[in-house]
Amino acid sequence: MLNASDTAPAATVASAEVDTLRFATAGSVDDGKSTLVGRLLHDSKSVLSDQLDAVELASRNRGWSVPDLALLTDGLRAEREQGITIDVAYRYFATPRRRFILADTPGHVQYTRNMVTGASTADLAVILADAQSGIVDQTRRHAAIAALLRVPHLVLAVNKMDLADYDHPRFKEVAAEFTAYAAGLGLPEITAIPVCALLGDNVVTPSAAMNWYHGPTLLEHLETVPVTHETAAAPPRFPVQYVIRHAGIRHYAGQLVSGRLCVEDAVTVMPSGRTTTITSLDVLGHHVTTAHTPQSLSLRLADDIDVARGDLIVSASSPPPLAQEFTADVCHLADKPLRPGDRVLLKHTTRTVLALVADLHNTAQLGANDLASVTLRTAQPIAVDPYANNRRTGSFLLIDPADGATLTAGMARPPA
Amino acid sequence: MSVSGLSHLDVLESEAVYIMREVAGEFERPVVLFSGGKDSMVMLHLGLKAFAPAALPFPLLHVDTGHNFPEVIEYRDGVVARHGLRLHVASVQEFIDGGVLRERPDGTRNPLQSVPLTEAIRLQRFDAVLGGGRRDEEKARAKERVFSLRDQFSQWEPRRQRPELWQLYNGRHLPMEHVRVFPLSNWTELDVWQYIAREQIELPSIYFAHEREVFRRDGMWLAPGDWGGPRAGEVVEKRRVRYRTVGDMSCTGAVDSAATSVEAVIAEITASRLTERGATRGDDRLSEAAMEDRKREGYF
Repeated sequence: MLNASDTAPAATVASAEVDTLRFATAGSVDDGKSTLVGRLLHDSKSVLSDQLDAVELASRNRGWSVPDLALLTDGLRAEREQGITIDVAYRYFATPRRRFILADTPGHVQYTRNMVTGASTADLAVILADAQSGIVDQTRRHAAIAALLRVPHLVLAVNKMDLADYDHPRFKEVAAEFTAYAAGLGLPEITAIPVCALLGDNVVTPSAAMNWYHGPTLLEHLETVPVTHETAAAPPRFPVQYVIRHAGIRHYAGQLVSGRLCVEDAVTVMPSGRTTTITSLDVLGHHVTTAHTPQSLSLRLADDIDVARGDLIVSASSPPPLAQEFTADVCHLADKPLRPGDRVLLKHTTRTVLALVADLHNTAQLGANDLASVTLRTAQPIAVDPYANNRRTGSFLLIDPADGATLTAGMARPPA
Repeated sequence: MSVSGLSHLDVLESEAVYIMREVAGEFERPVVLFSGGKDSMVMLHLGLKAFAPAALPFPLLHVDTGHNFPEVIEYRDGVVARHGLRLHVASVQEFIDGGVLRERPDGTRNPLQSVPLTEAIRLQRFDAVLGGGRRDEEKARAKERVFSLRDQFSQWEPRRQRPELWQLYNGRHLPMEHVRVFPLSNWTELDVWQYIAREQIELPSIYFAHEREVFRRDGMWLAPGDWGGPRAGEVVEKRRVRYRTVGDMSCTGAVDSAATSVEAVIAEITASRLTERGATRGDDRLSEAAMEDRKREGYF
């Protein structure tokens, strides 16, 4: 039975003392993912009484005897009518220890792109498996996507343990099979947790039925996993978004997407290759000597060189490679297929250039949700880091010049 | 504490500024929706910061239902004058007077905002419309993109929305189409209030506790006015209240409150057992799919 807590919601934390974990969930159609997410929100006291009332009312209207927690997250009418989840939904909740942004992604094969989308900004991915059916093709596909998008942490939630009699050997078997598969993908670390989302075991509250499990509940793990900002340690990259002109002075505005920048640093402007030094850094009204990722800032340069939106300001000592041809892993997103010879727009950081699909490897064309590697040729040189080194400057979109539709998501490979 | 000692508000602020600068860099004729309410004030504050020391490169647009709280309109005009901004007003009243729109029997004008908004976008040829909408506000909004494509009729079609990956926002569109942009997508109500406190952003007085004549309808405290209240049998009484949102008087309810400062409001919000809209916005309750339907027809 649902009970709105009598206590205040947990999100009463002082804002400066907590960080944010962005995570994504994925599972195949009947793994009970919406129920798990609903349970996470409900048991962490993130659901308020009017939302609960709406869920209970809607559940009664459908003739359910128990409130359907999945209704907390299935937002669009088509989904409510079909009982499926058709798009990425973003949910927000907090505990005293951490704030969370959850990208809840649907599990159907034809919605691979949604998991790619959710994983692109995630620090962690939760993949659901069913204790009875174990690791299925889709579980492997979800793991492959997490690996491709370089999501730093991965959790395997083995759900519906109640239907497997809370059997410890069965859990170990499923976890071992997944871990072996993930190791082959080069995934860094896997945390496997046995849960029952329907009844709440090990989601927020430790399970009495599985006293053989001594690890953290899902929420405890989400609260304590280190948020790795690998980009903070990467070489500095500053894509210029906009030139602010004021009183005859040009300020280059943008967001620092990796590394640190200091006043007097020697920098190179790509693709022109001109080198100069930073004379001032302004972080939204505060002059600073050092700026950090991911601050939005504006900076001034010593030399009066031509800098515009789309240029990339980098440290002079560790510039990215500049190329007009590169190879990338892609996920095709659109229904319209992608073929060799297609002319597209390539959006990379703040720069958009014309590009040609020079070669599709091992396939004649890409359909929606296909994963492949491609070789692209661009009309102008672009400064692309390997995605493995930098998620912001190694990623790009391919866009249809005809109508502006987003066709493909890409991740650059290192130069051969 | 997050990386480099940035608080989560710093990170949200940086992200919102990044989104606004993307709009300035990618679009020809952007506009910012502005009502004088708290989300509008946060948006304006972020916009001023994003382009300082230069002026805000966007004009403002207010869809005026004609039933707005006078305190808020007065405040809106004061802010516009103080910062030397350009304000476009799209008036629901004009469309009613011109016979284009018809008053609803319940007196609620919020659903009538779509036509004046879309007409203003069409006539002014705005290609990006920045709004303060947040994904935490309502279930249908949980799926909203940061850059949300609208067709030439301003319609939102869930299946035509583009996947949005990393922080790469695709603003390309055909002539006559436009993009709605939501820089506060990842903020929660609490984030907005904490930011208002931190940045000392001024708000209209009705956000804080004051004595007001109100009457009860549909479980909400509404303010009497020529919009259609109170009706026979609805009793007016004096209460100490504040508003959590400022919208059309016909569907914006007040809550009992003693909070006279931003900090006191934050304390009340964090202890509240009702979400922002569920408590005070009648228009979202019209049906389970009310918001989705109105988004499809061009409302925010």
